[in-house]
Amino acid sequence: MSSPARKIALVGNPNCGKTTLFNALTGLRQKVGNYPGVTVEKKIGELRSLHGEKIELLDLPGTYSLSARSDDERVARDVLLGDLKGTDRPDAVLCVVDASNLERNLYLVLQVIDLKLPVIIALNMIDVLEEKGQRIDPDALSQQLGGTPVIPCQANQEIGIVDIKAALSRPPHRAHRRWNAGDDVERILEKSAEILISRNHPNAAAHALTIISDRAMRDRNHPHCIDHALLGELESIIQSEAKSSDLPIESRIVAARYETIGQISAAAVRGGDAPMELSFSDNLDATLIHPIKGWLIFIAVMVTMFYSMFTLASVPMDWIDGGFGALGEFVGNRLVDGDLKDLIVNGIIGGVGGVVIFLPQILILFFFIGVLESSGYMARAAFIMDRLMSKVGLNGKSFIPLLSSYACAIPGIMGTRTIEDDKDRLVTILVAPLMSCTARLPVYVILIGVMTPNADAVTRTSLMFGLYALGTLGAFFFAWIFKRAFSKNAASPFLIELPPYRMPGWKLVFQQLLDRGLVFLKRAGTIILGLSILIWAASTYPKPADPDTPREIALEQSYMGQAGKIIEPVVKPLGYDWKIGSAIVWSFAAREVFNSAIGIIYKVGDDAENTELENALANAKNPDGSPIFSFWVCAGLLVFYVFAQQCIATFAVVKRETASWKWPIFQVVYMTSFAYFAAMAVYQIGSRFFG
Amino acid sequence: MSDSPVSLSEVSPGESASVVAMDPSIAGMQRLQEMGLLPGTAVKVVRRAPLGDPIELEVRGYKLSIRKAEAAGISVRPA
Repeated sequence: MSSPARKIALVGNPNCGKTTLFNALTGLRQKVGNYPGVTVEKKIGELRSLHGEKIELLDLPGTYSLSARSDDERVARDVLLGDLKGTDRPDAVLCVVDASNLERNLYLVLQVIDLKLPVIIALNMIDVLEEKGQRIDPDALSQQLGGTPVIPCQANQEIGIVDIKAALSRPPHRAHRRWNAGDDVERILEKSAEILISRNHPNAAAHALTIISDRAMRDRNHPHCIDHALLGELESIIQSEAKSSDLPIESRIVAARYETIGQISAAAVRGGDAPMELSFSDNLDATLIHPIKGWLIFIAVMVTMFYSMFTLASVPMDWIDGGFGALGEFVGNRLVDGDLKDLIVNGIIGGVGGVVIFLPQILILFFFIGVLESSGYMARAAFIMDRLMSKVGLNGKSFIPLLSSYACAIPGIMGTRTIEDDKDRLVTILVAPLMSCTARLPVYVILIGVMTPNADAVTRTSLMFGLYALGTLGAFFFAWIFKRAFSKNAASPFLIELPPYRMPGWKLVFQQLLDRGLVFLKRAGTIILGLSILIWAASTYPKPADPDTPREIALEQSYMGQAGKIIEPVVKPLGYDWKIGSAIVWSFAAREVFNSAIGIIYKVGDDAENTELENALANAKNPDGSPIFSFWVCAGLLVFYVFAQQCIATFAVVKRETASWKWPIFQVVYMTSFAYFAAMAVYQIGSRFFG
Repeated sequence: MSDSPVSLSEVSPGESASVVAMDPSIAGMQRLQEMGLLPGTAVKVVRRAPLGDPIELEVRGYKLSIRKAEAAGISVRPA
């Protein structure tokens, strides 16, 4: 009978090469799931020890400290404390340490040792350290850490992997706590542990240490404060035992840890006495963050990324469109006419095609994000843009997701994963669709054309630009409102590391591409497909008795058409009749559907050329002879399309990224209500006062 | 050269200093300390961002960026 797999957790700072090491150790034997209640990915990989025994490696989110400040970090901390339901406390912890950044990386190592977990250290990036002219003596380091095994490695070149596997195969070694902040602190920790024991709290000492060393857990105003009764008891211990000091207790603990780290560093690091020359990264930064050159390069990078999403993506998107169209025809020719064929061809194949078509933009954006992140430039982009973003309460990391949303909000929203602060991330997700995406373009083009029939290209382009500006202003406005509503207490601090520039890890980038693409297809795809079929059904049933009924009459009689009639009174104040109402309802599936819907309704077919459609709309008249698509009706309609959330694909992705129904629904409600009232205001005020 | 503490936000790019005290009530101070910037640590102001904020620091051999608002809560002794 085989013993259950050994469970080893993988921890490390961001940018320490943890994921590269994880991939090197586990290959493709990885599984991705979710932790309950949060949008943190649970990544488990499998490897075999040197004795052939199965080892389960749990890749925990990267963190600088176990004093957690985000969902990601709370998951890492809770797993190590054994508090996370559904995930066993690990038997040992593999700490990945960036050798070129030893002191800061050792902080987390000391914290893990404090939790009485056996630790194995993978001393990664020894090549970078050598470039600095330094060396670390692994035996000296191990000795300083109480005998904790230290294995030098270079994960991106797969150097040292076998040695790590060997270390993972040996019996684990537990070291004692390496620091001491004073007798009074020791007494406080002891007495706190006693209180927890008396409350039957498992793993009392580790929990006591975690609570005492984390200010946020003892802050009554903080959402993650511990139970107030317990807090009261701990506070009186601290009050009575702490020697008067101008430092709060958590700072004394941090200081004690770094004092030990200083000693460890002095004993284990060799070299580095030569005067520090400016490194390659320093020199590169001098250009890339330069007030003038830096901006130009930044704009060039952003434009390239944006342009690729807009234009490069259109090539594969056309292939996909054509491919699915051909598939639809192929299948259609082999099926008997009837509802089943219609469902398969238009509902299912059309629906799946409608999902897959997003793939090129998602893959292109994530390719860029992967390269920018991996090379270290992403942190510089956030650094440069932070001042602008902070004016609305966001931070620099929101810039790229929002910029990408101009092409398509879906990859933009998926890209908010790089934002650690949960509230910032939520706000960014909520406002991303206000950045006018490419799907709105066909609608803008046709309505601007009808609205200003004799205008020249300059006027039309300016109007188009005005619409984009309107959306952007809306995004900043709502970001500001939401940020204030969600973060009543304090502004979230902006603290980012600017890692040294590195060549992007191509293997890593492509693996992440694959991950993101598959996740999108599986998770979002199922919802999008479901809703597409529903919309197909609503626009097909009930069918008219006479099969030769023209399409626009059939549409009128379907549920979709009836819906249009029902909401007619609601859209009347905006100047619309049931037909426009129907087209709007229909385009909630995807905005560009507005053009096909309007085409069907006004009898020019769903594939009409722009000029044909424009003429039909311009000539459409009310019973009293006035044009239906008057200037102000069009203006209001444009404003509606700028602000309304009309994309089920976005809905599906937001649901996935926020792990709830609440936020995507809220997003549809707030955006569409605002769109409604804004469109009404434009139409009513415009047509009354400006004729 | 004055020996009295100034706030980190007043230190010019290119200058170094040593941390004296950090205001614990400012959000993010504990995390900053855990990342290695604590009383007694040497810090160098590398540059300010092109728009003036945030600022880039060099601490314990790596680069860290914080906002001027946070830096204002850190008092340092210029080197």
